[in-house]
Amino acid sequence: MNEVVDGIVKALQLIFSGDPTFYGIVFRSLLFSGIAAIIAALWGTPIAMLLGLRDFRGKSIVKGLFNALIGMPTVALGLILFLAFSKAGPLGFLAILYTPAAIILGEAVLVTPLVVSIATTAIEAVDQEMTNLAKTLGASESQASIAVLREAMNGVVLSNIASFNRAIAELGVALLVGGNIAGLTDVLTTDVSMYTQRGDFRYAIALAIVLLVIVFGINLIMISARKVKILLTLGRMPQ
Amino acid sequence: MTILAELNDLTKCFGNRKVLDKVTLQIQESEILALLGPNGSGKTTLLKILAFLEEPTSGETRFQGETVTKKNAERMRLYSTMVFQRTVLFGASVYDNVSYGLRMRKMPRNVVEEEVKKALSLVRLEGFEKRSARRLSGGEQQRVALARALVLKTKLLLLDEPAANLDPKNTAILEEIIATANHELKTTIVMATHNMFQAKTLPHRVALINDGRISEVGASTEIFGKLSKNLASFAAIDNTFAGTARIIEGGTTIVDIGNGVQIEAALQKQGETSIFISPQDIILSRNPLKSSARNEFKGRIAQIADMGSLVKLTVDVGKPFTAQITKRSFNEMALNLNVEVFIAFKASNVQAI
Repeated sequence: MNEVVDGIVKALQLIFSGDPTFYGIVFRSLLFSGIAAIIAALWGTPIAMLLGLRDFRGKSIVKGLFNALIGMPTVALGLILFLAFSKAGPLGFLAILYTPAAIILGEAVLVTPLVVSIATTAIEAVDQEMTNLAKTLGASESQASIAVLREAMNGVVLSNIASFNRAIAELGVALLVGGNIAGLTDVLTTDVSMYTQRGDFRYAIALAIVLLVIVFGINLIMISARKVKILLTLGRMPQ
Repeated sequence: MTILAELNDLTKCFGNRKVLDKVTLQIQESEILALLGPNGSGKTTLLKILAFLEEPTSGETRFQGETVTKKNAERMRLYSTMVFQRTVLFGASVYDNVSYGLRMRKMPRNVVEEEVKKALSLVRLEGFEKRSARRLSGGEQQRVALARALVLKTKLLLLDEPAANLDPKNTAILEEIIATANHELKTTIVMATHNMFQAKTLPHRVALINDGRISEVGASTEIFGKLSKNLASFAAIDNTFAGTARIIEGGTTIVDIGNGVQIEAALQKQGETSIFISPQDIILSRNPLKSSARNEFKGRIAQIADMGSLVKLTVDVGKPFTAQITKRSFNEMALNLNVEVFIAFKASNVQAI
């Protein structure tokens, strides 16, 4: 117990010390997971719009598949990607194994089902007549789809936040395709694992605290932003 | 009279279900045409085809002399706009809702601001620009939807049951707006309704539609005068009855509509006739009423339809009568299916059709 308390105290000292190694790990985590979430949003949102707005044969199977892939174990995906990115693998020509690009791509693949599932649900929840409404007011097909997307924006934003949180908190993909190379591909989760195994609880606890602060902090900001938006809207209402 | 739009031998199927069956209809420029028919008769589908939102399965749609196809539908939609039965609003301000179509047409900002202001004035919502559209009352929301359509000044305006969920006060406002839009902007209006009274007073022409087919089209005076039996046979049109009338002492008329139901009307009619009582004119009570109403019947609630802030009840008194009350009254009176109630209406509320 004393060791843990001691670890927490020293962790807080480390956080406020400005240690470049420590802050480098935090920065890389935010960067890799941030880019991964953006990539997932870029290719996941159009998929969600297709699933949410169109009817086609096999749609329920595709939706089911994305829903099922949300629960993909990160180590399993990490292993698949490791084999794919390795020299003998089909994507070996990319030569990205043990580089930041591998982590970014891997995490983007990991969180895409989450983006697609949540965003699709949000789009489906929009009034079904919204597309017709936009069109009858003069919108083209693409403008009408954007109108629906705008109505589903709360859900789409939520899908992106959830995907970022999942990306930054996962271990399996980052470890297996990134290799946890110090100063290059080590991130919050891989270093928590490494420092814990070494018995260096100061570093492990500090990194874990930052990870928790990031994950909970983002959620808190979004909840607060929603409350402010509601208050601003009410503020505009006549008394 | 110039023909603005026409449907030629038009059929529309959804899967195996035929919703419109060989419909041929011409819409004249600057007229108000009512599509009168019961629920499920194909009115909404017909309007959506005229709004170029749906394609016919077979047949032809023409607008301003041009055949409408998949290729030109998007361009054609700039000339026609539809207000849906159920009010659909963007989750934004009234201004953003009303200006949407103008922004899609890339109108300059100052023009947009001016036109939105005029449109809101037309629907009596001046100063509502910054309000959240979805937080308005039902009647106000319907007027926002109407302003959003009127601001576009399209050649053709399509209204699907525009007063379906409105109380009498808002219905009157809405009807005035429609009449003004037609008179001042020369907008051609096609409105779908199952309200006999609305079909009689507002439009220039009426098209009767049932089971996806148009049975009659003509001036409203002609339709309601000559074809009262056809109208009354629309079983699902609320409170229309065919019966035998006789004038009684005192100068009023008793109309026997069958099943022991006799209605006293402030009319002078003899022989076969058709009558109509607006659902809004029928008073509902749990107990017998002591009032000046000449017509009071005891019955049981056979059907309940939730229309948002209003509730439509069908009461079986031997013949089915539809009454419209507020949801608040419905809850306070603890009404439910099979509950015994009394309906009452004045002799002067009975209209001959």
